[in-house]
Amino acid sequence: MEQSVPTRNKLGDKLADFLPKLVLSPSLAIVLIFVYGFIFFTFYLSFTDSRILPSFGLVGFENYDKLFRLRAWSIAVDNLFIFGGLYIVICCALGLMLAILLDQKIRSEGFIRTIYLYPMALSFIVTGTAWKWFLDPGIGLEAVVQSWGWTSFEFNWIKDRNMAIYTIVIAAVWQTSGFVMAMFLAGLRGIDNEVLKAAQIDGASNWALYRRIVIPQLRPAFMSAFVVLAHMAIKSYDLVIALTNGGPGRATELPATFMYSYTFTRNQMGIGAASATLMLMTIAAIIVPYLWSELREKK
Amino acid sequence: MALASTDTVIRTGRTSRFIIYTVLIVFCIYYLLPLYVMLVNSLKPLDEIRGGGMLSLPQEWTLAPWGSAWSTAQIGVEATGLRPYFLNSLLMVVPAVAISTMLGALNGYVLTKWRFRGDTIIFGLMLFGCFIPFQMVLIPMARMLGLMGLAGTVPGLIFVHLVYGIGFSTLYFRNYYAQFPDELVRAAMIDGAGFFRIFQRIMLPSSGPIAVVCIIWQFTNIWNDFLFGASFADFDSQPMTVALNNLVSSSTGVKEYNVHFAGAIMAALPTLLVYVVAGRFFVRGLMAGSVKG
Amino acid sequence: MGFLDIKNATKSYGTVKVLHETDISVEEGEFLVLVGPSGCGKSTLLNMIAGLEEVTSGEIAIRGNRMNEVRPADRNIAMVFQSYALYPNMNVAQNIAFGLEMHGVVKAERDKAVQGVAELLQITQLLDRKPGQLSGGQRQRVAMGRALVRDPDVFLFDEPLSNLDAKLRVDMRTEIKKLHQKLGRTIVYVTHDQIEALTLSTRIAVMFGGYVQQLGTPKEIYDNPANMFVAGFMGSPSMNLFPAKLSAADGKAFANFALAEGGTGSLAVPDPALARHDGRDIILGIRPEAITDPDGADRNSKDIHHVEARVEITEPAGSDTFVVTEFGGKEVTGRFRADVDVKPAKVQTFAVNMEKAVLFDPVTEERVV
Repeated sequence: MEQSVPTRNKLGDKLADFLPKLVLSPSLAIVLIFVYGFIFFTFYLSFTDSRILPSFGLVGFENYDKLFRLRAWSIAVDNLFIFGGLYIVICCALGLMLAILLDQKIRSEGFIRTIYLYPMALSFIVTGTAWKWFLDPGIGLEAVVQSWGWTSFEFNWIKDRNMAIYTIVIAAVWQTSGFVMAMFLAGLRGIDNEVLKAAQIDGASNWALYRRIVIPQLRPAFMSAFVVLAHMAIKSYDLVIALTNGGPGRATELPATFMYSYTFTRNQMGIGAASATLMLMTIAAIIVPYLWSELREKK
Repeated sequence: MALASTDTVIRTGRTSRFIIYTVLIVFCIYYLLPLYVMLVNSLKPLDEIRGGGMLSLPQEWTLAPWGSAWSTAQIGVEATGLRPYFLNSLLMVVPAVAISTMLGALNGYVLTKWRFRGDTIIFGLMLFGCFIPFQMVLIPMARMLGLMGLAGTVPGLIFVHLVYGIGFSTLYFRNYYAQFPDELVRAAMIDGAGFFRIFQRIMLPSSGPIAVVCIIWQFTNIWNDFLFGASFADFDSQPMTVALNNLVSSSTGVKEYNVHFAGAIMAALPTLLVYVVAGRFFVRGLMAGSVKG
Repeated sequence: MGFLDIKNATKSYGTVKVLHETDISVEEGEFLVLVGPSGCGKSTLLNMIAGLEEVTSGEIAIRGNRMNEVRPADRNIAMVFQSYALYPNMNVAQNIAFGLEMHGVVKAERDKAVQGVAELLQITQLLDRKPGQLSGGQRQRVAMGRALVRDPDVFLFDEPLSNLDAKLRVDMRTEIKKLHQKLGRTIVYVTHDQIEALTLSTRIAVMFGGYVQQLGTPKEIYDNPANMFVAGFMGSPSMNLFPAKLSAADGKAFANFALAEGGTGSLAVPDPALARHDGRDIILGIRPEAITDPDGADRNSKDIHHVEARVEITEPAGSDTFVVTEFGGKEVTGRFRADVDVKPAKVQTFAVNMEKAVLFDPVTEERVV
């Protein structure tokens, strides 16, 4: 075969070498500006006297100081602890239980799984709407049970300042527990059957098998579930808006709804930015170590 | 994904199996109950609901609430029904999903097959962007959309969803392409294919499953979004979720529960349909966002 | 200047140097095998020739043209990968034709070329199949077809047989050898399997730790290993290496070593010049086939010496029996004819062909003579 020295276009080569980075750069630029630039912008605003519009007069920690004195904020934070704590614990307990039950060679397992998981495909607004009226004492569960003849039955949590936050937990658990179940089920299916056989030969009962061998091996699944649920709890906004709109009164405010109302309806942008910053820092404290370990392991 | 049925070595007796099935069925009812409530009550007249019959089947079947929710119900100030907002959501979701999936595929390709110093850091930065509370970007984004002349428009929403959708798209494709042998790319390089040619001829034709996963995930997420819609849309560019919330929470007039339920089902229908048709991919997407593998 | 020249080439990742200054000149039509354990730098060197890895310093040249900055596609090379790297979305014909298509060859010509290669490799009936429907051996053939169809200056093989089962590996080895004899093309072939290296190559570069330890024909490498690494790595079972001390008597040199049951073995070393090194410690290297039963010893050799030693264990291997004893505190394997009656724990006469013995320095591990 006739072979000549390949004629080479140096400029074209340089371009070709650069091409992958060039292709990546719009996305990187978008992320840098719209995620990190914006984070910095909001962070900066939290130290300014911004009210209805951004303003750049620095006021130090005044917004944070105000924020911590605001009753609405402390209610929101307390609510987040109640809601987040119950949400995570119940989702994990329910998810683990359902996963273990589903892992017993259940007939039509796929069908049942589909039913358990479908709420994840719904919008929180839809979920909120459904539960809002179902829990409404006037027409929902209370009215239904009373119409069955139990006339003294009461279930009016959604209208009760002290109990309303638990209705959020009910609806949120309904939506996500199937997903947690799927995570645990994947974890269960990843466990080596030979280990279980060995334990059975050693005389372990089913209960001991799960408590001593299986559940300890689900640590990664617990880890993932915790991270996902915690981050969803902190970001919870839609569900509260649809279900209770923060009410009755402020009884179901969460940091996410607090931020929105202080920034956009009460025109306290500086305080809103401060609250958003605190939300970000909380999530970062959970997510960053998790992503770090995941990305390192993948190397 | 390890969801496929495998043999369990654990044996259970007759009684315990009976209990297990009972519990599983009870939870089926629990998960299906709200859907059932929405469905039956969207098909009955309002007074049947008020009479405490929320759990019973309609005595008088009617499609009127659906008609009302679709085309005549009062949303905000106008009695347009949900139809224009359903359309808004469609107009928003299709381009946003298409573009973010395409970008995700390219990013994943670069990050796995054309690796360079610092690529993991870049990926980490992108990934973290998926998890931030979006409250952190609401204020500057509102300003930015104003500067770009996109405030209160559907293109503005497309842009927002695109921006915050890239991270997950990239995650899916990166993890998928990471399992794709490097030798294939090397072979194609020796065969004379360049950057785009390898992508188009070798990578893309094998990307079907992950593209489905990514599209479903983005579709579900963007369709179901409320925060961005509520923050950045005007009355005439609102997506379905925002309109539904306006419909349900409007304080004026009689509460038409049946219409609300019909509207809720309408808002849920597209994602539910996708879930029923391609649930396998939906679950894969969910898991890929949380668990390794 | 050869056909493919590797001149003073090195490769570093940051501060880690994975390939040290390497010079190899390959003639047209040569079959060069790079052999060594994993991590020795052989695949790195192959990838540098292919252009898949940059050359840190030095030069790669084909037909006298510097290739360092030339893209893999423009080097006129073809490569067969360990995993075969068949494009999963294309059928066999499309796989083979892809390189031609990328180089702008028209359809009619591509089809003709694919047909020709398919006939040569007897895969015509597979042309419409996808890689997923092929067996390992068939994939291997397709991968070779994809390389052959390009009609390149140099073929590069990256452990192409290591994913095949033992039987198929031997068949394919023969096939590759036949192809090379038939087509007479230049081949650079990487493997960790020393038998593949010995059977296929016209020349071998034994690599270890980022250095070429020895470059030579299979016979040179086998008979005259340059150092203890090459001696131990090439050949199976590997060369016996055991410590001994030189002594001089009557102008002759002897290698002395301890025996397991006590006493000392002594073997005359052919090269009398070594008598000068009286008292020096050395490592003696003798291949198993040079340690035999007295009647099985090479009759053409003038340097057969006998050692009485206790048999530790015998390993019948059908055609031969490997007999293990201990020289100088090391296990030493000899190769006896199968019908010789050897029993463990008995003292036995070992006939050592000292013509085939090599001596190494225990410190530098380099060859002494």
